[in-house]
Amino acid sequence: MPSLGADMDAGTLVEWMVKPGDTVQRGQVVAVVETQKGAIEVEMWQSGTVDKLLVTPGTKVPVGTRLALIATKGEVSATPEPVAAEPAPAAAVTPGPPVAHPEPHPAGARARVSPAARRRAEELKVDIGIVQPAEPGATISLADVERAAAQLQVRPLEAAPPAAAAGDWHAQMRKAIANAMSRSKREVPHYYLSTQIDVSRVSDWLIGENLKRPVASRLLPVVPLMKATALALREVPELNGVWLNGVFRQSSAVHLGMAIAMRGGGLVAPAIHDADRKTPDELMAALRDLVARVRGGRLRSSEMSDPTVTLTNLGEQGVEQVFGVIYPPQVAIVGIGKIVERACVKDGWIAARKVVVATLAADHRVSDGHRGGLFLAALDRLLQEPEKL
Amino acid sequence: MDISQNRAYTRKEILEAILDALGAIAPEVDFSKVDPERPLRSQVDLDSFDFLNAIIRLHEKLGIDIPEQDYGKLGTLNSTADYLSQRLSADAATR
Repeated sequence: MPSLGADMDAGTLVEWMVKPGDTVQRGQVVAVVETQKGAIEVEMWQSGTVDKLLVTPGTKVPVGTRLALIATKGEVSATPEPVAAEPAPAAAVTPGPPVAHPEPHPAGARARVSPAARRRAEELKVDIGIVQPAEPGATISLADVERAAAQLQVRPLEAAPPAAAAGDWHAQMRKAIANAMSRSKREVPHYYLSTQIDVSRVSDWLIGENLKRPVASRLLPVVPLMKATALALREVPELNGVWLNGVFRQSSAVHLGMAIAMRGGGLVAPAIHDADRKTPDELMAALRDLVARVRGGRLRSSEMSDPTVTLTNLGEQGVEQVFGVIYPPQVAIVGIGKIVERACVKDGWIAARKVVVATLAADHRVSDGHRGGLFLAALDRLLQEPEKL
Repeated sequence: MDISQNRAYTRKEILEAILDALGAIAPEVDFSKVDPERPLRSQVDLDSFDFLNAIIRLHEKLGIDIPEQDYGKLGTLNSTADYLSQRLSADAATR
């Protein structure tokens, strides 16, 4: 079970999209996992052949649990690579619910459990470990769970009305955000910087670009800001990476986490990979795809686990400046406020200029205010030449 | 040009097209409760992405490409309907 964010400690395997014997490629979606932030598609990070699926759909397992065994090229299946061996930040693997095994068990070992039975056991609050199958060696079925529940005289929980599902999901989401943000405020010594940037040129450039474009390929103002942020991070790389086990790991790639609000509350900050190497059009397309999937579809595991920095843009709601809370294990968050017109003095003259306040909240264990200031200066400089973005 | 594109739209049809575009973006909103005279964005949680998507949908539906400089005229449901009917009749006149 990969860690799909610092706030995740367990996930429920919903569906396998491969079976033993299948060849899988790096990046291929092999499973769907339900997390507090919705269903996530789990991608492979190496190619190989599926040897064994170790977790059955419907099972909730802690981060770090092996989900399947993958034999890589030239390997015999006896020395398989475990899936979910990804470095899982803060994933102390605690003993979790029993993992169903797809192979016959010797006497005394845990019996197999059908997904429906497992769900029912959770609903009835029955410890699946005490449930006996109808015949020795058989799979524990839904009926077995219900019989055990009756014997224990455990009062079943009332079935939740459908409307409660959304409320529960909302509570889960709040819990996930609470965990990550509390950890950040507890562990990360933030420092905060802010600067006003003249974005008149980039605004003019954008108007000109959009006049040339059909409505469906117009760019939003956030796009040049994303690109400039990604490029400025190359110049101050100690803001781009993750803090793991007391050590900063700088990232050579800029995977820009975009804070995206979800309808009905909550937010996620999935990554746009290699944002520094994408053109404005590619960034717009990537953002469009991401927003659509945040609001109505599925995110992918790499998008959840890969961000090396986050960009938050609250200008939409009229906020002039936003000081973000760093999303662990990242070490910086860049905030963009609303683009406003202001009277600015330039060369002794007062002129109406479009300006935006850009902020940086960064981890003082990794960088200092001086370097953070250089980042904001680079962001300013890059935005003065929008045609080069 | 397709004949159907040439016909005049009634105001009701224009409003329906607007609500259809918004409904696809903000399915949780009960548009019967939206005041057509009050600013839309103070009543419906729309960000610039949602707004752009609504513009794209209106373009698909009515064939009107709304330039960015006209976005300011789309503040309320009524002003959006006014703007679109104006644009549609102007288009019909130039055909």
